Amino acid sequence: MTTLKLDQVSKLYRATTRAGGLTPALRKVSFDLNPGEVISLIGESGSGKTTIGKILLRLVQPTSGTVTFDGKDIASYSGRGLKEYYRHVQGVFQDPFSSYNPIYRADRVYDLVRSSYFPHVSDQEWSAKVEQALDAVALNPGDVLGKYPHQLSGGQQQRLLIARALLLDVKVLIADEIISMLDASTRVDVLNLLVKLKRQGMAVLFITHDLSLGNYVSDRTIILRHGAIVETGATEKIFGNPQHDYTKMLLTAVPELHKKWHHAPLEPAVAAANGAAANGAAVGSLNGKSATALAEASMLDEITHAEQVVKRDLRAMFGGGRAVASGKSQVAVALEPPALHEFEPDHLVAEPE
Amino acid sequence: MSVNVQNLSVAYRSRRGDVTAVDNVSFSLTDGEIMGLAGESGSGKSTLGNSLVYLDPRMKATGGKVTVDGKDLPIADNNAMRRKRMTEVSLVPQYAMSALTPTRKIGRLISDLLKSHHIKNRDEVLAELNRRLALIGLKEDVLSKYSFELSGGMRQRVTIIMSSLLNPSLLVADEVTSALDVSTQRAVGEMLLEFRDRGYIKSAIAITHDLSILAQIADSIAIMYAGRLAERAPTSVIVDNPLHPYTQALLASLPEVGVRHEQVTLTGIPGRPPSLVNPPSGCRFRARCPFAFDKCTQTPPFEEIKPGHMVACWKVSQEQHTVTAGVGQEQA
Repeated sequence: MTTLKLDQVSKLYRATTRAGGLTPALRKVSFDLNPGEVISLIGESGSGKTTIGKILLRLVQPTSGTVTFDGKDIASYSGRGLKEYYRHVQGVFQDPFSSYNPIYRADRVYDLVRSSYFPHVSDQEWSAKVEQALDAVALNPGDVLGKYPHQLSGGQQQRLLIARALLLDVKVLIADEIISMLDASTRVDVLNLLVKLKRQGMAVLFITHDLSLGNYVSDRTIILRHGAIVETGATEKIFGNPQHDYTKMLLTAVPELHKKWHHAPLEPAVAAANGAAANGAAVGSLNGKSATALAEASMLDEITHAEQVVKRDLRAMFGGGRAVASGKSQVAVALEPPALHEFEPDHLVAEPE
Repeated sequence: MSVNVQNLSVAYRSRRGDVTAVDNVSFSLTDGEIMGLAGESGSGKSTLGNSLVYLDPRMKATGGKVTVDGKDLPIADNNAMRRKRMTEVSLVPQYAMSALTPTRKIGRLISDLLKSHHIKNRDEVLAELNRRLALIGLKEDVLSKYSFELSGGMRQRVTIIMSSLLNPSLLVADEVTSALDVSTQRAVGEMLLEFRDRGYIKSAIAITHDLSILAQIADSIAIMYAGRLAERAPTSVIVDNPLHPYTQALLASLPEVGVRHEQVTLTGIPGRPPSLVNPPSGCRFRARCPFAFDKCTQTPPFEEIKPGHMVACWKVSQEQHTVTAGVGQEQA
């Protein structure tokens, strides 16, 4: 069994703005990704979902915690070992349009794979392999090979990139918002492709902010907020019976075709009061329920504020951001995520923070 | 009728000749109406929206007439349009998130804008600006911040406030919700509704490829395909009883909340939209349409099938004629 396992992974980013300080992007996140499984990682911008993807692809180093693949710490890989790791773990990203170099033909990405991983494969064998991979993503080789990126649609480009991952012996696919830039008509094809790959035994980490898409493809769901897991478990349990206020808020905000949002007219006074309350707010007050979505959104704007509160606490505890950054164990203490408790089998919910 | 667009065509100049991205499009908006404009990328929806506010040098209007509040909108005349922008027509550009310059504070940006439009009563406008910021829950200190200090949702809301500050009759909002999280999407959508309800904007065109957002905020929806309008109807009709095969296919490809692949396998639309450099004759959806028949080689008229429901499809219009003919016989 090939399993990618995250154990208590935390990541602190150092802010580059004048305010400076540290931003906790991930707080002790742990989960397993098993073969034949699609996990949806759902959260809003700033929740740390992309950071998880980057850590799994070794593009970013965790501040603390470990990621193991087949029981081996991925931080220990280097040189040939790392190359072998990438043979099994690959990523596809949000924007297919900027994943290609526009001055080369799109299938150059395949040539690059060939030159580094399959230098001794004959032309004939290679083209058979490419055709097989393209077939798996439902692309017609004649339609896409030899074309420049601008001659292909977004859906075709994205599927070409997935096919590129298939050329390798990929066991884990990190799919970071891979369909948010695609048209509705091609989105579903890419989603169905993920389901097909899953059935063939691949493990897929599907990172998204769209709950309906996550629900459509995944077996398990992880809801992230401020870098910590707030709810996790079987997808149907989370969607059927969401427990955390944040999950509920996300669900009510999803636009649905046949159900209108409840739109309550705004009163300026209310908005102002909300702003005032947020001014003096600590992290805890972020969980307050708000009447309107607008109030909720301005609440989300306060996340920046909440982060600053965390940073201030960090500085107070350890005397300055620098000390915090260097002391990994200290950071782990300060960034304790909310505790998870079992609501029902295979459904964990975090305490309100 | 606050906005009336008749037979509008807009082309891009290219080395291979003009590419008609908006082809003979007609529609009108009543006061207080938010029209959703949906379609795939490359369907011309952004070109249509942009052309009503600003024709950039690559674009030219090749035909048609636009009126706003009964007055002509001289879309081809950039100098004349200068006086109409912000006050009569206004645009929230696509990628509004990056539309704010990082070198000016938001407040400075807005006062520059007022200056360049020769606004006399600037203090009043600024007071109104503060009221609107408070209304949507932004604190006044955003005015003293740089755009990169704001979150994506805040930036998007600031651009909408800027674009609608002088109460335009028509606000064109191009993909204002696309790059946002679901909760921020909802906030921005409701902000548009609120501004309409309060009369800050008289009417709006919301351009997006996301039909479920339009189902929330739009009064009517127009579906665009390869430069032409395929269908236009009140939102409930488009969502529940679409007639054009393209609209039907588009709706069928949307996963709804609660739908899982084990239960329902959704299907996309096979093929891709035709190139507009040399568009095929007749109905442009014909190559992807499961119902195409020989008549589809001629261009279908964009005709009113039912009151307020316009469709450009031979199959639909034939069925409609059979029904009306049948009714006529019964009466006879």
